[in-house]
Amino acid sequence: MAKFTHLKSRVIVLPNRNVDTDQIIPARFLKVTDKNGLGDALFSDWRYNSDGSVKPDFVLNQQQNQGAKILLAGDNFGCGSSREHAPWALTAWGISAVISTSFADIFRNNSLKNALLPIVVTTDIHQSLFELVKQSPDTELSINLASQTLTIPTDTTVTFPIDNFAKKCLLTGVDQLGYILSHESLIEAYEST
Amino acid sequence: MQSNPLTLFEKIWYSHIVTQEPKSPAVIYIDLHLVHEVTSPQAFTGLRERGLKVRRPQLTLATMDHSIPTTPLSIPMADTQAAAQLQQLAENCEEFDIGLYGMESPMRGIVHVIGPELGRTQPGMTIVCGDSHTSTHGAFGALAFGIGTSEVEHVLASQCLLQHKPKTFQVNVSGKLGIGVSAKDIILALIAKIGIGGGTGHVFEYTGEAIRGLTMEERMTICNMSIEGGARAGMVAPDETTFEYLAGREHSPKGIEWDKAVESWKKLPTDGEAIYDQSITLDASSLEPMITFGTNPGMGLQITDPIPNPNQYDDLDKQHNLEDALKYMELQPGQPLLGHPVDVVFIGSCTNGRISDLRLAAKILEGRRIAENIRMLIVPGSQSVKIQAESEGLNKVFTDAGAEWREAGCSMCIAMNGDQVEPGQYAVSTSNRNFEGRQGKGARTFLASPLTAAATAVAGAISDVREII
Ligand code: SF4
Repeated sequence: MAKFTHLKSRVIVLPNRNVDTDQIIPARFLKVTDKNGLGDALFSDWRYNSDGSVKPDFVLNQQQNQGAKILLAGDNFGCGSSREHAPWALTAWGISAVISTSFADIFRNNSLKNALLPIVVTTDIHQSLFELVKQSPDTELSINLASQTLTIPTDTTVTFPIDNFAKKCLLTGVDQLGYILSHESLIEAYEST
Repeated sequence: MQSNPLTLFEKIWYSHIVTQEPKSPAVIYIDLHLVHEVTSPQAFTGLRERGLKVRRPQLTLATMDHSIPTTPLSIPMADTQAAAQLQQLAENCEEFDIGLYGMESPMRGIVHVIGPELGRTQPGMTIVCGDSHTSTHGAFGALAFGIGTSEVEHVLASQCLLQHKPKTFQVNVSGKLGIGVSAKDIILALIAKIGIGGGTGHVFEYTGEAIRGLTMEERMTICNMSIEGGARAGMVAPDETTFEYLAGREHSPKGIEWDKAVESWKKLPTDGEAIYDQSITLDASSLEPMITFGTNPGMGLQITDPIPNPNQYDDLDKQHNLEDALKYMELQPGQPLLGHPVDVVFIGSCTNGRISDLRLAAKILEGRRIAENIRMLIVPGSQSVKIQAESEGLNKVFTDAGAEWREAGCSMCIAMNGDQVEPGQYAVSTSNRNFEGRQGKGARTFLASPLTAAATAVAGAISDVREII
């Protein structure tokens, strides 16, 4: 599994609440049988006009956001369907971490399996991050998974929660299917009861 | 084992733990794995890359629903990408020995419609599918939830899943539903109340007099939309209604096995003293038909209520969200939704595409015509539903009224197969999601019950079914 250890990057701001997976990647792009090209479909309906031309105002299209790896998002990010195409599209575009006050359960699970770090912060921190990036758009945030910390350049460091097992998997690249299959004899025992 | 009082969810959870190491999620065993064309191809590729087999093909069931056309099979598929995806599923099922209800099967249909129909969905089971509306199967007292494609691969290879124990959330629905008010209105009312993140991290258990009084199909409608309330699963304890539905189904236990199964299913309901992490009560008798006005399923109101004003919220974010939604929907605060013109009416989906839903719609449409401005699409949830509806002559009622009658599939619920609402058009839909563009790029969706949808089709504008019932 892909690893995640630390990251330092500028921040893309998408304050909308309840961004659902149909916005992250609309269903018409789900007819693929592989994972190729999904980055181009990320936020497609917000990124392009119906004639295919680029909407210059949308954050992903702004020059200063190219190469940024952190998405600062509104509450309840990733609600809706179970499509893993959502984290695939985000990571294919270049996003490695999303910061919000909450994530939908399936999206969070899917993200953790694709080295996309869902970082949950309190409402206060969330607000102050929005303020900070608004005032200084060049702000770079640092994320350290081992210490579970998010550092703001003014030297403020906040910790974020993450499930222990997922953390271990991300840090060491543990393969979750391999982990399950290492319990083969117990699975067999369960099946024979 | 646990001797303290347990909830329905906990009984199933504890009995499916294969193992759990400290500080790790549980490895839980999966009794039934449902597979469809959209979320499985990359999982099968993963198996191939690792040289793995499907561990228990007989506990796996595949169907074609999301991208399948609902026009007659004799018309060749125009969408080559969708055709390739369907072909890939057929090849994967062949290679890995999985039973597939494919294109030609008379039992094919939306995965959450056919599981129960075939008797594959049973109380006490753990059921997963690469689809968030797997929560539907919880209506039988099963623990059923959606998973991502990586997890689909895990289950194919190991029949197990790594899971943290979710919390429990009791949704108690007291009283009795009034005329013209249905199961769909209960769930829309719940989501409007708690919001679309309200159930995050939890499993709903629906209890109370109103739930007991519902048929299995109505319970499925409610459990189906648990995910729209943020809960991955929703459950109803099995009772005589459940057993009656299952008796005699193709894959239900038979003879002495049936008796044994019922005995064990009767032990599933939540113990009297068991404690839920959260609870809420709704009074069914005070509910009106519900309809959504915004761009997520939590933006719902009683059909006679005006569209809310963003200014009524103190929270700025909430204000902006509502403003954005109303802008997308091109609706004015304070205006009634009743009488708002509509272009498309869709009846179908895993929420409301079952035979009882079609019968309700037919009751309204019988002897009436849909309005000139309306395109109405009625799509059965499965081919079995289609055959049943046709044997009752419902298709005739629909086509006589001016509606289109289609083959089974997800259709306009997700608009992957060419059935879609055009940009800017308004649709009243019996499906489960009103997100921007869900029913087609630029489409605007009002979610409602089959009764409200049918009444709207007749009037040509949003209407209150109680006025014509
Ligand atoms: S009918 Fe809609 S919600 Fe149900 S499985 Fe199909 S696409 Fe998903």
